[in-house]
Amino acid sequence: MTKTRILFGLQLAFTLLVAAFLIVPAILSMVAGVTVNYFRGIRSGVTLHWIGQVWELYADTIGRSFEIALATLLVTLVIGVPAAYALHTRGGRFSRIVEEIITLPIAIPGLAIALALILTYGGIGGFRRSWLFILVGHVIFTLPFMVRAVMAVFATIDVKTLDESAASLGASPWRRFRDVIVPNARPGILAGALMVVTLSLGEFNLTWMLHTPLTKTLPVGLADSYASMRLEIASAYTLIFFVMIIPLLVAMQWIGAGAGLMPGKKS
Amino acid sequence: MSSSTFIRFCLVPLAVVVLAFFILPMTQLIVAGANGPLGLKAYAAILLEPRYRQTLVNTVLLSFTVTIVTLVISTIAGLFVQRNRFPGRSLLIAMLTFPLAFPGVVVGFMIILLAGRQGLIGEITSSIAGGKVVFAYSIGGLFLGYLYFSIPRVILTVMAAVEKLDPRLEEAARSLGAGAWAVHRDVVLPALTPAFIASSAISFATAMGAFGTAFTLATNIDVLAMLIYTEFTLGANIAIAAALSVGLGFVAWAILALARSFAGATIAAAG
Repeated sequence: MTKTRILFGLQLAFTLLVAAFLIVPAILSMVAGVTVNYFRGIRSGVTLHWIGQVWELYADTIGRSFEIALATLLVTLVIGVPAAYALHTRGGRFSRIVEEIITLPIAIPGLAIALALILTYGGIGGFRRSWLFILVGHVIFTLPFMVRAVMAVFATIDVKTLDESAASLGASPWRRFRDVIVPNARPGILAGALMVVTLSLGEFNLTWMLHTPLTKTLPVGLADSYASMRLEIASAYTLIFFVMIIPLLVAMQWIGAGAGLMPGKKS
Repeated sequence: MSSSTFIRFCLVPLAVVVLAFFILPMTQLIVAGANGPLGLKAYAAILLEPRYRQTLVNTVLLSFTVTIVTLVISTIAGLFVQRNRFPGRSLLIAMLTFPLAFPGVVVGFMIILLAGRQGLIGEITSSIAGGKVVFAYSIGGLFLGYLYFSIPRVILTVMAAVEKLDPRLEEAARSLGAGAWAVHRDVVLPALTPAFIASSAISFATAMGAFGTAFTLATNIDVLAMLIYTEFTLGANIAIAAALSVGLGFVAWAILALARSFAGATIAAAG
């Protein structure tokens, strides 16, 4: 008995150490963001001054990130939901190949995709300079998450029977899609939407290459503050980012889609 | 409109966007790699040019070490939280998986707070030993950063796999007289092999391609992603940058595809 208790204690201590490694720096950064002088520690006082500074310096990046995330969501919904329906209904080799192709951007490093986009469309100045250039990158990167989340729901419900019975009642394909397919796919759409927004808000690898000085997003601003601002400002900025994504993470846990961000999940 | 026409119509937006903004650009990238002063040899440069080859070796060694260490840490922690019930367990799981949505840049900053010039490790070592230990801006910092990035993902994979294990197998082994260690060595760990393959692939492929963390920590860390970035932006060496990214993209995809065919799970690396 004592042997198992010692083993339990050792494993617990080890796991706590791992958790500390992950959580301590996050807490340090949250504290540093509201500390008057991080070098002197929390004794120097608590302040919202740095948050205010971040707001002055980077408010536009926060607004733009939200705009891009919502636009990405809209585009992935319009493209992804019908596509998931079609891929599920058609099935077979063709659908598997299409699914494989649209999933490639998860495996290929963002740097490579960004270079490819710049080589192809970088010459079109108006497009290159606008936030739409970043939107395109985010759509390509997040689309597979939406398609797979919706297809995962279709795999658990009997879409074919639903679809066919609606058809036998004389509903047109469009009405069936709108009134039968989409409402039934809602859990997948919600899970996909949360993933798309979370990923878009945090996307850096593509965005760093695709942005211009006038189209900075939040993660681009973060990198900028890490390189050139004092630690308190960088921390306050990171704190704002945490406040933005934590509700999304909690919502994902709530609906049981948290593992979706972790692409090792079986689909 | 007939059903099959409607279904084909449903694929049109996807086809247009994927062709225009993924397939066409990736094709251009492959072509651009062969269109520099070196021609097709740009693709061989990564193996033949000593500087690039050294970077490749560094990146592979670093990614490999990160993968092994992550696997060991996450298996111990994942098995523990999935197998035991104790107060505070769900809080502990939340802490272990909280950084899942952190982008690479933020992970880099976490490492700076731990091991940077004003970092916690420096504080502790300077008060205990008198010497300030700072290693965030070196390959050691990058190693820690990739661990930070991979551990939550692998813990989740291990936990999911442990949950699916058939407890009867272990009971059978125990009733046949196997000790705790033998049960783990001969029953539990072999049953977790598919999860190990899947998570190794994720953590190896992400470490190979990760850019944000290296970018935050230092611009002169010698890994493949930073090499591509500096060749493109500072060197304006577009052909080499393109060839290197095609190579990197192919390797990342191949590892994941290979692991998937072994493990039978849909896996891929994010960010």
